[in-house]
Amino acid sequence: MIKIKTIVGAILVSVAVAAGPVSAAEAHIEIAKEPWTFAGIFGTYDKNQLQRGFQVFRETCASCHSARLIAFRNLSEPGGPEFSEDQVKALAATYEIVDPDTESGVRPAVAADRWPLPFATEQDARDANGGSLPPDLSVMAKARGTSQPFPWWILNYVTPYAEGGPDYIHALLVGYEETPPEGFELPEGKYYNRVFPGHSIGMPPPLADGLVTYEAGENGETVPETLDQYSRDVSAFMMWMAEPHLVARKEAGFQVMAFLFLFAVLLYLVKRKLWAKIEH
Amino acid sequence: MAHHESSYQPGTAVEKWLDDRLPLIRWSKEHLMDFPTPKNLNYWWTFGAVLAVMLVVQIVTGIVLAMHYTPHVAMAFDSVEHIRRDVNGGRIIQATHAVGASMFFAAVYVHIFRGLYFGSYKAPREILWILGVLIFILMMATAFMGYVLPWGQMSFWAAQVITSIFAAIPIVGEPILQLLRGGFTVDNATLNRFFSLHYLLPFVIAAVVALHIWALHVPGNNNPVGVDVKSSRDTVPFHPYYTMKDLFWIVVWFIPFAWFVFFAPDLLGHADNYIMANSQVTPAHIVPEWYFLPFYAILRAIDFNLLFIDSKLLGVIFFGGSILILFFLPWLDTSKVRSGNFRPIFKWFYWLFVVNFVMLAYLGAASADASVLGITVADFSKICTAYYFLYFLVVLPVLGRIETPKPLPSSISEAVLTKPKAVSGADPAMSTNAH
Repeated sequence: MIKIKTIVGAILVSVAVAAGPVSAAEAHIEIAKEPWTFAGIFGTYDKNQLQRGFQVFRETCASCHSARLIAFRNLSEPGGPEFSEDQVKALAATYEIVDPDTESGVRPAVAADRWPLPFATEQDARDANGGSLPPDLSVMAKARGTSQPFPWWILNYVTPYAEGGPDYIHALLVGYEETPPEGFELPEGKYYNRVFPGHSIGMPPPLADGLVTYEAGENGETVPETLDQYSRDVSAFMMWMAEPHLVARKEAGFQVMAFLFLFAVLLYLVKRKLWAKIEH
Repeated sequence: MAHHESSYQPGTAVEKWLDDRLPLIRWSKEHLMDFPTPKNLNYWWTFGAVLAVMLVVQIVTGIVLAMHYTPHVAMAFDSVEHIRRDVNGGRIIQATHAVGASMFFAAVYVHIFRGLYFGSYKAPREILWILGVLIFILMMATAFMGYVLPWGQMSFWAAQVITSIFAAIPIVGEPILQLLRGGFTVDNATLNRFFSLHYLLPFVIAAVVALHIWALHVPGNNNPVGVDVKSSRDTVPFHPYYTMKDLFWIVVWFIPFAWFVFFAPDLLGHADNYIMANSQVTPAHIVPEWYFLPFYAILRAIDFNLLFIDSKLLGVIFFGGSILILFFLPWLDTSKVRSGNFRPIFKWFYWLFVVNFVMLAYLGAASADASVLGITVADFSKICTAYYFLYFLVVLPVLGRIETPKPLPSSISEAVLTKPKAVSGADPAMSTNAH
């Protein structure tokens, strides 16, 4: 009888732990869980997807959004888009960095520099964007999330589900509608978006079919140049920006888990042998 | 049990010399190795050791984080990202510290509820219990201030909401609020003093833990049947029996810990905390970390005035009272029987209390305008808050007088010998959960 209670107790404790972020009890907007390559404990980034995502970011997002935590060198680091170091140096050289220590006040960027800001000040950014401030995208993929109704969020701890950010970003990018639904009052200069809280967003639809031209892959493989594909690629890239060492982290995790399981079994055997002589 | 003879014999001249001046080895042998411990402890009793390890994990990771963290409103957020991105091993250390807070609280809740069920707070362990409550309060203060340090949106607004609680106190409220914030608003001064205190308090906790263990070693451990140790047949030496059992469970505890650290370090946190603090933008839902939710639900449940006390102050009274009442628990519970196993009626109220506490946690996270099982969150919170207090103020005092406990075994050895034999093949230790 007590054993059952022990189990019930254990379940209750785990539910208590799980009860944490049920914060999102707001008007529920269904956001689908997309099949990301980096999802789950075995997930890794798709290098080609990150390279495409970077292209979308550079050609569209970066004209208004900053990514202040990203350095050019990150683009060639293992586990990321993995451009070659020469490619990154060449890329960096095409950007100018404000540097008061140089004679002209500006110099070409080097691999160690952070991604340059699109606007010098917040006020400049607002002036250029109808009063709205385009947020920094460095950790955007972790600063947004999705919510599941009770009790399904409990599963998130088991799977584990850490891709709410890219799911949201993808849904947002494909969530624009040209005409708002009947009776929705859309303020001047705003756009209607299905998933954005309040539905009225300052960012015009940033992507459209055919907007970015992808190069064919090394094996001649092509990907569709569609809004959906761009959104997936740039969402994946934003996840990488937010979590550039995800792959290394998970790899370390496997080693740690294997060690802990093995060590636990050994300790259990030691403990059992030790206690075998004791009536307890 | 504290008065057992030491079996320590200094083996060498050096040991003898040291023993006459500072009997450190003798002390270690007595308290860390030979200490007689009831032989019927179940796995719920391993959480003391788990907690000691968690404190060490938090202090060690915290000291390393402090080497790279910058407590300034303009730089704190980016410095935490710098740790995750550019510091060697930083992402593991930072994730361990953040997830570690959750695992620390999970363990402390198990530890507290074990004490509540097996009556570990009863004489002669009142001081032991009170020191434990003190540790719990210090942990909450430390965790709260630590959560502010990354200076994200939730950090900032948590600081805003929690410090403003103190403003509800009459007369001294406003000065306390300004003292906590270091000014009129939550700003750089707040961040700096929270960082300073967040570094200080864990060492205060460590000191109170030392007292807690000292207070444990005077009467010795309680045990699942709750009868006192009568003879040496009831006990085993702490080492190797419990050192090995505790170590096993600590490693088991590290498995879910590592799961979160390596596979989902942000799952226990809030996405909003990846947005840098902004006093001009209020998040849609300000929700504390999960381990504060039951108490947060109690704070929110009080939305009515009582006589001359307005709802804000009343909420603070209930909020503070829900924790402070634990100090008086040893005298509120009138039953002489320690273990819940021998209290047939108590058991029901106890498990209802557990469910009620989990429900409070759920309600603390739910938005105020939602409803659960057809009852609004506001009303449900009031019901759960009422039961929380009734359990301590009515159920425990009354039950001790009217309940007829089951007959107690005369000793731990007798309880062990008469318990149903474990099914062959099953682990004997796993089935020691009672009887």
